[in-house]
Amino acid sequence: MSMLTRVGNDLYTGARSFDFVGKRVVWYSIGAAVLILAIAFTALRGGFVFGIEFRGGSEFRVTGSSAAIEGTAAATSIAVDAVDEVVTGANPRVSIVGSDSVRVQTEQLTPGETDELRAALADAYGVTQADVASSFIGATWGADITRQALLALVVFLLFASVVMALYFRTWKMALAAIVALFHDLIITTGVYGVLGLEITPAAVIGFLTILGYSLYDTVVVFDKVRENTSEDGVESRRTFAQSVNLAVNQTLVRSINTSVVAVLPTAAILFIGSLLLGAGTLRDIALALFIGTLVGTYSSIFLAAPLYVHLRENEPEVKKQGSRHKAARPESGAVR
Amino acid sequence: MARSTPERNAIRSLVWLLVIIVGLIAANGASVLFNNGQWTPKLALDLEGGTQIILAPQLASGDQVDQEQLEQAVAIIRQRVDAGGVSEAEINTQGGENIVVAIPGVPDPATIERIQSSAKLEFRPVLLADLASNQILDDPEATDEDSADGDATDEAATDDEAAEGETAEPTPSASPTDASDPAWITEELQREFDTFECSSLDVVGANVAPVDEPLVTCEAEGSIKYILGPVEVEGEAIANARSGLIASSRGVTTNEFGVFIDFNDEGTAQFREVTERLVGLTGIRNQFAIVLDGRVISAPRTISAITDGSPQISGNFTQESAQVLADQLKFGALPLGFEVQSSENITATLGLSQLQSGIIAGLIGIALVIGYALIQYRALGGVIIASLVIAGIVTYLIITFLSNQQGYRLSLAGVAGLIISIGVIADSFIVYFERIRDELRDGRRLDGAVEAGWKRAFRTILISDVINFIAAAVLFVLAVGNVRGFAFTLGITTIVDLVIVALFTHPMMQLLGRTRFFGDGHPLSGLDPKALGAVYRGRAQFRQPQSVPAVKRASSSREAQRRQTIAERKAAEARGEGEDAR
Repeated sequence: MSMLTRVGNDLYTGARSFDFVGKRVVWYSIGAAVLILAIAFTALRGGFVFGIEFRGGSEFRVTGSSAAIEGTAAATSIAVDAVDEVVTGANPRVSIVGSDSVRVQTEQLTPGETDELRAALADAYGVTQADVASSFIGATWGADITRQALLALVVFLLFASVVMALYFRTWKMALAAIVALFHDLIITTGVYGVLGLEITPAAVIGFLTILGYSLYDTVVVFDKVRENTSEDGVESRRTFAQSVNLAVNQTLVRSINTSVVAVLPTAAILFIGSLLLGAGTLRDIALALFIGTLVGTYSSIFLAAPLYVHLRENEPEVKKQGSRHKAARPESGAVR
Repeated sequence: MARSTPERNAIRSLVWLLVIIVGLIAANGASVLFNNGQWTPKLALDLEGGTQIILAPQLASGDQVDQEQLEQAVAIIRQRVDAGGVSEAEINTQGGENIVVAIPGVPDPATIERIQSSAKLEFRPVLLADLASNQILDDPEATDEDSADGDATDEAATDDEAAEGETAEPTPSASPTDASDPAWITEELQREFDTFECSSLDVVGANVAPVDEPLVTCEAEGSIKYILGPVEVEGEAIANARSGLIASSRGVTTNEFGVFIDFNDEGTAQFREVTERLVGLTGIRNQFAIVLDGRVISAPRTISAITDGSPQISGNFTQESAQVLADQLKFGALPLGFEVQSSENITATLGLSQLQSGIIAGLIGIALVIGYALIQYRALGGVIIASLVIAGIVTYLIITFLSNQQGYRLSLAGVAGLIISIGVIADSFIVYFERIRDELRDGRRLDGAVEAGWKRAFRTILISDVINFIAAAVLFVLAVGNVRGFAFTLGITTIVDLVIVALFTHPMMQLLGRTRFFGDGHPLSGLDPKALGAVYRGRAQFRQPQSVPAVKRASSSREAQRRQTIAERKAAEARGEGEDAR
């Protein structure tokens, strides 16, 4: 049997146990610190870098160029020189797309400048003008997608909160799960902000998918928590916090297994996307999901569960629980 | 041999699954045979290449298009294109004045027509009408298109009056007092009208005149030409338009189809003014023309003044033609006219390489998941593999089916959704297997553990899939473009996940639990109770005492303490009290 199975056995019986709930101040602090770092660094960098779909601008695509095969650095310098020749301050961004295409994005150019730059790029890369496709992108597409994405976020949170509150029969689980969700979302977007990665519509898709995954993961943990805590009433020897902690430990192996299994295909897309395609839909979706899945697993265990205990432990019913052997002792003594 | 209940249930579930798969294959086969369907899903623009259409606004000279108008136009065109199914059309503004419509594949003429006709809709009074020069005078088909009887408030008619070529007296010297004033018809305009060829409309494209000047144009079919007065109500004033059966004055639904318009407040006031004036006029000037893209799509007679802003148009409508007119009125309420500037086919080279990368990534993803499953779950990994294969087949069939039936197109984002769903689907199996292992740890026999584990695991799988499905559904409904394709595949695979885990994985476990290999917990089965630390092995067999390391013994005694009976616990407490007392 694999090591993980043995660990699983010990975790299940409680022979081995990680104190997820007890050390919650530590986890909260880590969470808060990471959030602050993510926001601060993003702010220091001057906010997010948005893709051309959000900024609007001109895009040129050179196909069949040998420079693209030589590598990004070579391709970039050629493009930057060509752009500088034609127009100053156009702020070109160059990336390799596919195996032999170069993508050059600039600020929005006038039709005259566009034609000039097309010719210049064709010259610089040694291809014919027909191999240089040019296009403008108005900024409405990005604005559209952002507005709709925010709307989707709000509606999803509403629906998911109601469903969870009904299923778990307590809004506190829903709240804990949603807090964890925001943690995941902010950290993932934060990674984009800190590293200065471009936020494209595909990345936004990735962010939105984290919504589903983060809650999915938390829900599986909470389902075990609900099961364990509903089994023990006031009679239980374990305190509420201990019960929750046992539940998290018991689902730990499952959490690890499911996360690994969820991350593997994402990693495959990320790898293939970066290697074969360069910047593009696949890589952008996969990167957001890759980060989101890992953070989502962490937050389900280290944030959502302790937070739930935090929310519940001052309830009078819950407070009583686990205090039995202290309170009951003199009574049993009196009977005997 | 009589079969036990779980075994019977398992076989029944598997039969259902088979029925679903055969049904999907049959449905796909049917569309391949009868509806030009394919056995492979259709691909979207980013995987297949496609057509990009650039639309330029048609403006009266001197007018400038502003950003707000363009955005409104984009929204309306998107609505129209999406009305044709999930086609993942991407619609952008470009260069501050053009609109780019990207359509996957080669769009059918109807789709192009629909996009192109996004245009300026206006209501103008009819000043003069005549048969188009290429028409024979007494061609009845050409003239009674919109005419009708009945008690509708407005009645479309372009018949006798038009055929007579009635000419209002031109009084070019006086300046016109209202939109219906024949004084609009100057000699110059009359000359233009006389020589106007309806066929020239097709060449010129959208026919545009400033809103405060008269317009010479033709009916959409090109059979009647008109001189129309200045615009009285703009298309934006239409809040809604729909088609339906007309109710008679007694409220009884007739068999006649009509078009119902709702104006907004401004439009209501304007339209009342128009109809109050027109109702008093006779002949051709009693009619007003609804002009879309510079062409008259309908020229109803005014029977009474419409004061409530909700006119209805009756005529020889079929259900279809009424719907067409209603759609034209509703979606045609664009502030701008558009002309297709270029329509360009994008080659599929990049799309193909993206598709290949997607497939490679998917295969690598599956291989990694399978490898991990085999390491973690030994022979049980085989069940995961089989389940993934079945899930893959069902998903493929569903997507192909929707592609054939609904025109769904698989985009790169959709492929990403599929790959990611591998993980989500495998997650369900893991949740289930871990539950079975938990039950084994509690000392159940495998067949009991499978049933008990299933009950608990299914709840978890159900709620987590519901959450996932909500995410996918919300994204699909609210998000635009690319996101929809992604949400679509994610939503479908979530449902497939539930079906597979209930109709395949669980029945397989029920059946496998009866085999000696799994039932007796072979070390390679992944369900070895010994390895799982179970205390009670079933059939009254207890595990042989083994020498255990001190640490393990300590932990076991803690565990034993936890599992004390009430009597033991009381005894222990009593001992504890005794110590306290000392």
